Amino acid sequence: MTSAILSQALAQVLDPYVLWVIFGSALFGLFVGAVPGLTATMATALLVPVTFFMPPVPAIASIVTATAMAIFAGDIPSCFLRMPGTPASAAYTDEAYAMTKKGQGETALGAGLVFSVIGGLFGTAVLIVAAPALAEVALKFSSYEYFWLVILGLSSAVFLAIGNPLKGVVSLLLGLLVSSVGLDNPAGHPRFTFGNAELAGGLTLIPIMIGMFAVSEILRGVAAIDKPWEMAQAKVGNVFRGMWGLTKKYPLQTLRGSVLGTAIGALPGAGADIAAWMSYAMSKKFSREPEKFGTGHVEGIIEAGASNNSALAGAWIPALVFGIPGDSITAIVIGVLYIKGLNPGPTIFMNNAVALYAIFIVFILANLLMIPLGVAAIKSAKQMLRAPRELLLPVILLFCIVGSFAINNSSFGVLLMLAFGIVGYLMEENGFPVAPAILGMVLGAMLEENFISSMIKADGRLIAFFERPIAGGLGILTLMVLSVPLIKAFFRTSMGVPGGGARQ
Amino acid sequence: MPGQKFGPAWFPGLIAVGLILCGVLLAARSQRDVLVAFPDWIRSARAVTGVVSVVAGLLFYVLAADWLGFYLTALAIQIVWMRVLGASWRLTLPVAVIATVVIHLSFYKLLRIPLPWGIFERFAF
Repeated sequence: MTSAILSQALAQVLDPYVLWVIFGSALFGLFVGAVPGLTATMATALLVPVTFFMPPVPAIASIVTATAMAIFAGDIPSCFLRMPGTPASAAYTDEAYAMTKKGQGETALGAGLVFSVIGGLFGTAVLIVAAPALAEVALKFSSYEYFWLVILGLSSAVFLAIGNPLKGVVSLLLGLLVSSVGLDNPAGHPRFTFGNAELAGGLTLIPIMIGMFAVSEILRGVAAIDKPWEMAQAKVGNVFRGMWGLTKKYPLQTLRGSVLGTAIGALPGAGADIAAWMSYAMSKKFSREPEKFGTGHVEGIIEAGASNNSALAGAWIPALVFGIPGDSITAIVIGVLYIKGLNPGPTIFMNNAVALYAIFIVFILANLLMIPLGVAAIKSAKQMLRAPRELLLPVILLFCIVGSFAINNSSFGVLLMLAFGIVGYLMEENGFPVAPAILGMVLGAMLEENFISSMIKADGRLIAFFERPIAGGLGILTLMVLSVPLIKAFFRTSMGVPGGGARQ
Repeated sequence: MPGQKFGPAWFPGLIAVGLILCGVLLAARSQRDVLVAFPDWIRSARAVTGVVSVVAGLLFYVLAADWLGFYLTALAIQIVWMRVLGASWRLTLPVAVIATVVIHLSFYKLLRIPLPWGIFERFAF
């Protein structure tokens, strides 16, 4: 990295228009994150049609900023309403609420903010260091390596999802099936088009994602419209009081949360929500006072709060280097990158270095901006949480309609959004995770292309998938990852312990 | 595809095999004795009419927008949704009008999305 690139990148970010976009997206992200039922992924899906008409750097900057803010702001209603603002805060909602009940709401909110910022900056640092280094390696990859990478990504999405892995596989296969619609396959042969011109071009992903992440959430919100939101009283003075002490008391927890969060984020298919669950569990396991967990103890909030924000940046590592999304948010982002001419892949660091470093700078800026804006959001939390759902949901739905329409300027997008909104709702209600389906849709074309071209090159010999050194290593790693749950299942049944287990 | 071993049917075929396998496994493992279970919001009239009106409203938009135009369609579904979810007329009317106009202007003017005018074509701006 030369200083010329860096100064150019800095100039791109410090443009007044870009700064306004960042500021506006920050407010949008804070609101979406703080209102239960509106998620960070939904914010991203709704931003896409708006970003269509922006230059690349502000377009990506708006998504980076809005999601970082939303994941932090998800902690706010946990303290007031005992409801997570986004799924990423669900792991420690009860803990945060218990702290409010004990009169420590101020500390819970402050810890959420401070350790979100620390985690976010940590994840960003790893992204900046790891992405270019990985790209060096990835330059040597052929179709075999990409095939294994995609398989590895898809399997980690299935096995990291909460609940029944078999349902994760079904979800993934449905996603792959959706991706195979249309002409866009190695043979250029129309598949599942039924002679329909709208289907020939393949199913457009943005309306599908608006459906699965926004419309399905709205359906859930409408179904729960009769459940009142009860505000717990919390006096919020200076949220930074005692934070320095907590930083000194729990440095290991902060670091562990950030490291695990970044790693989970970087693994395809698992994002901030799973990172938070795992970090909270880890924090409890290694805590010196595990008995305090669940009674309003700040330790788990610190570790999981750092974890979910670091996951956000971690997810961009595979997204930028391989075009394999690390979470649902980057699954949407990859589409935006292609539209903006920032095609993900190892060459992005040569072809688009300036834009890329501008994105890195935005990451740092967004996390620093979180401090003042986060305090403002906490102070105005009561007003935000009083936003009437019966007015809010219809307006968001209209926004979804226009956004889905805008991608192809056709009503077919709205129909697609409705269909996948219902599918997404039914899947989640029945324990089928949505993330693997999204990953399947995004990676389906890449998987098929690399698989078919590898098979043609190898003339059908499967052993060719292991003949190149990196491909062989990745292949063996994939087979190991895939066999772990099978071995676990075998031991579970052979020892007479019933499989499955209650879903949280 | 002639002369090619791995044609366009290969990949969907693999997916189909996978789905069948998972279906059989899930069915075998299933412990539920009821075929369809309803969620508990089915007992709330407001929730049920809400969910039905969301789906019906979106379908109505798809079918009617090109003919009635964006303004009329959007306004109609906004008002129905807000009323069904329990907002008062006093709040519904101004919010629905403002939301429709703001969303139309920002997408039609700022982002240049050709939202349909339908029968109001001659009033187009």
